[in-house]
Amino acid sequence: MAARGTSVLTRIAQAIPVLFGVIVISFVLTRALPGDPAVQFAGIMATPETIEETRVKLGLDKPMPEQFVIYLGQLFQGDLGQSVSTGRPVVTELASRLPASLELTLSALILSCVVAVPLGVLAATRPGSWIDQICRLLVTMGVSLPTFFTGVMLIYIFYYLLGISPSPLGRLDFVYLDPPHVTGFFLIDAAVDGDWETWFGALKQLVLPAVTLALFTLAPIARMTRAAMLSALSSDYIRTARAAGLGSGRILYGYAFRNALLPVVTTLGMVFSFVLGANVLVEKVFAWPGIGSYAVEALIVSDYAAVQGFVLSMAFLFVFLNLLIDLAYSLIDPRFGTSGK
Amino acid sequence: MNKILSSVAKTSAPEAPSPTIAIPTKSKAKSGALGHLIYVLRENPVTALAFIMFGVMVIAAVFGPYIVPYDPLATDSDSVLQPPSFSHWFGTDNLGRDVFSRVVVATRLDLVISVAAVALSFMIGSFLGAIAGYRGGWTDITLNRVLDTIMAFPLFVLAMGVVAALGNSIANIIYATAIINIPFYARLVRAEVNIRRNAGFTLAAKLSGNSDARILAFHIFPNALPPMMVQVSLNLGWAILNAAGLSFIGLGVRPPTPEWGIMVAEGANFIVSGEWWLALFPGLSLMVAVLTFNLMGDGLRDIVDPRRRT
Repeated sequence: MAARGTSVLTRIAQAIPVLFGVIVISFVLTRALPGDPAVQFAGIMATPETIEETRVKLGLDKPMPEQFVIYLGQLFQGDLGQSVSTGRPVVTELASRLPASLELTLSALILSCVVAVPLGVLAATRPGSWIDQICRLLVTMGVSLPTFFTGVMLIYIFYYLLGISPSPLGRLDFVYLDPPHVTGFFLIDAAVDGDWETWFGALKQLVLPAVTLALFTLAPIARMTRAAMLSALSSDYIRTARAAGLGSGRILYGYAFRNALLPVVTTLGMVFSFVLGANVLVEKVFAWPGIGSYAVEALIVSDYAAVQGFVLSMAFLFVFLNLLIDLAYSLIDPRFGTSGK
Repeated sequence: MNKILSSVAKTSAPEAPSPTIAIPTKSKAKSGALGHLIYVLRENPVTALAFIMFGVMVIAAVFGPYIVPYDPLATDSDSVLQPPSFSHWFGTDNLGRDVFSRVVVATRLDLVISVAAVALSFMIGSFLGAIAGYRGGWTDITLNRVLDTIMAFPLFVLAMGVVAALGNSIANIIYATAIINIPFYARLVRAEVNIRRNAGFTLAAKLSGNSDARILAFHIFPNALPPMMVQVSLNLGWAILNAAGLSFIGLGVRPPTPEWGIMVAEGANFIVSGEWWLALFPGLSLMVAVLTFNLMGDGLRDIVDPRRRT
């Protein structure tokens, strides 16, 4: 048990240099590249004097290492700078929009896990059957689907042709009021409030973007589940279990699936990387008011502080998620921490 | 960190094959490889189809502008938003431009962006990975740390950040796509070189007086090429998706340049009023292109490494 505790701590400690590296890259992207932020911040009407003034005000006249230290200090105070276009601090903007993105991403991930994992298991237990063929087709098509294109086509089919989904504009139709803010997740907030009409309204808006994202993440998860289950099922311990006369359900779920879960969980780390990127595209398609669409708007008006804040916070989120995944390992894999490095 | 590292290695592609694989394929006679290629293509018609589709794409990219029926930029106010018909196979857009011509002409730009990006990351990644794998020690550790940091970003998001920092142009889309792909190549080459740095043939080459650079470039690196080719093919599909995604959110390519991503973005405005052909055809082309590269990559993997078939 002590060994496990130590390895968990080691793993957490290992995230620190990565976070530092992320900050360095983000700093390099903001400051050390061609283009003059002072000109940016001074605005269009700037004269050489006001540009110089802005430069001093922003601390851009100081040497690079000193700027980096200042940048670090600001980060620790949770200061990502001011958005040029809205004039509000980037952190406030990101924080107010983060729940929308998280709600979308998490529901998509849950949806795709719920579909992909059983699909992969079924495909692996019946290799060559029609379900295996479907799995294979889905996996090949899934990785080739441009998320934004899937989204547009889903809108066409379910909004324009069938008319069963609401107009793809944001998180809630204008006839509903936003539920009182508790977590920022509309589904949870509306449920807490007991307002089921709004809950259904929010759900209806959420379905299409979530399905779009899920379709995209389905492929790697199903592929990995299938491969991991296949290799688990052909292993010696499964043969032993079969020889010992254990029931097929027990073998499948108690032994094979539990061992196959490890590579699947590892894949989730990669899937997060894709999903956080694809999120941006899906938010744009569905006018979802999350941090992705915020970053896209900021990109178009060259609001660099906002974009860099977005990139940095996404990287932090990703590192954090990977950390969570690795810690989940320690729960799933009893060997964790006992083998040593 | 090693967990993330291994997770990436396991899932994305590097899948470093064991050293025994590349060498026998290498030492086999040319006719054997060709025979194997024909065998694989016959056994797996999907791969053959992928190669054919790739050929069609290359033809469209090279000759596209000369064979399309209309000028992709010519507007025509008389035929605006026409559904697909005999004269306009894929219909016309809101300015009366022929969607078919635009889709075909766009092939070149999309291919150029992705091929250039993949070529860049191939070269830079190979160079860095080869040196790190050969020298080991601090060079290796430093490179790994840097790659870890790049991989710590969600890659599409990093590409957005790079484009934002460098400026909004097609060239910078290429650089951004290249940067996010470098780690895959560098890792793969590093692994392939590392396992051979003390191999018998390396030592023999050293003893006969070859310089380190020469050994690395002509003796060790060629062994990494077969798995690299698989990676290139799979990566091309991803690079196209990535570039189209960037232009979909308004980066790089500017209207009226025909490009699949931006065409889907323009078509998305008309989808709610039922003009489906604007977004469908460029989107489908993009999908087919990505599918082609993915199938080709899977097929190449079968050729290079038959044991890894799933």
